[in-house]
Amino acid sequence: MTSLAKLLEAALFASARPISFDELSALDLDASPAGVRSALDEVREHYDVEGHGVELVEIGEGWQILTRAEYTEAIERAQLAARPQRLSAAALESLAIIAYRQPIGRAEIEEIRGVAVGGVLKSLHERGLIDVVGRGEGLGRPLLYGTTPAFLEQFALRHLDELPRADELNIALRAHAGVTMTGVKTVTVT
Amino acid sequence: MSENGLTSYREDGVTPALLVEAGTFSGPLDLLLALIREEQLDIYDIPIARICEQFLRHIHALRLNDAADYLEMAARLLRIKAQMLLPSTNGADLWEDPRAELVRRLLEYQQMREVVDVLQRRGELRRNQFARSYVQASLLPPPPTALALSLSELLGAVDRILRAVREPTMHEVVARPLDVPAAIMAIRAVLALRSHARWSDLVADDAEPWQILSTLLGILELAKLGELRVSQQKPFASVDIVRDVAGEAA
Repeated sequence: MTSLAKLLEAALFASARPISFDELSALDLDASPAGVRSALDEVREHYDVEGHGVELVEIGEGWQILTRAEYTEAIERAQLAARPQRLSAAALESLAIIAYRQPIGRAEIEEIRGVAVGGVLKSLHERGLIDVVGRGEGLGRPLLYGTTPAFLEQFALRHLDELPRADELNIALRAHAGVTMTGVKTVTVT
Repeated sequence: MSENGLTSYREDGVTPALLVEAGTFSGPLDLLLALIREEQLDIYDIPIARICEQFLRHIHALRLNDAADYLEMAARLLRIKAQMLLPSTNGADLWEDPRAELVRRLLEYQQMREVVDVLQRRGELRRNQFARSYVQASLLPPPPTALALSLSELLGAVDRILRAVREPTMHEVVARPLDVPAAIMAIRAVLALRSHARWSDLVADDAEPWQILSTLLGILELAKLGELRVSQQKPFASVDIVRDVAGEAA
């Protein structure tokens, strides 16, 4: 490997979170963006071709070294690391809404899900998946929530744009010939 | 999830109804969608009377904790049903389907469920991979070690306490009921002044057993409520009672 690739590998190994491209570039001020990119490829190929127990993954707006899935069982059995608990269906629903509509207030989430979400929001916040990103205009200036970098990381997303767009989903919101759909707005998802 | 929530069953030859397992639905819209799917109904042309009856039957069977959300939906369905029965005063052209809003919400909800599937798949991928975890050592409080005690150590401790008791004196025991609420008030008063207290700050030296027990139960109750945390650095060390700032803020 080139010395730049080795440097990036060392930094990725030392970090507990994904490292962004800018952060990686800052490690060696002489390196060009193209150089950093090819060094990253070099590290990834090194792991893939030579067959390592870890791999380099692009995730959470950056890069991270992760263990390969096939060794998870053994690592967990030996109690060296534990997989995080799965989120409940209720928590996932709220999280999906926040991911698409952020910044969004509690009332809007409750409107879409049809249930109270106070407890769910608290636990999502405790797990670091959402955060308060501002306050709304309406009565009482409600707290607005958005997703965190940890959300991208825990759901293996490179960035938010990687979520399917509304028109890519099977059920697009559109009027049907049979019903007068007055007041129906197509939901724009960014 | 909801796919497995509904199972048809037959009871004494009555028409097949739906058996719902409580807790399988994440909300009234989820249940409604499951019913529509089960009955293979057109979401744009829902027979409101039928679905309303089904819905009511299910929330009776469910006895859910958050039944209020389900009851609200039931009320909504009944209102739509009533509206559909009313003749339109504006003529057919201006007639607005009372179901339109419900359809919109159902579709929106269904769309969100698709995203949930994506998140679930992705989350499962990442869950099966471990990352390095590193937290700067100086930022961490000393790890609370598990209290590893052998039976003899425990018996030894009991022995020490028994030995510390002076000559047994005979008393006539008068049952004195515990007063936990008062103890809780006393603990709160102490913790209001400072964030950190010890057992000896909460219990006077000459406290009677009922007072000691009330205080102990009070501490446990407040710990349960998240108002304070109790920790011990090592076995038999003095117990630290710390005001839980996180719990307080929530």
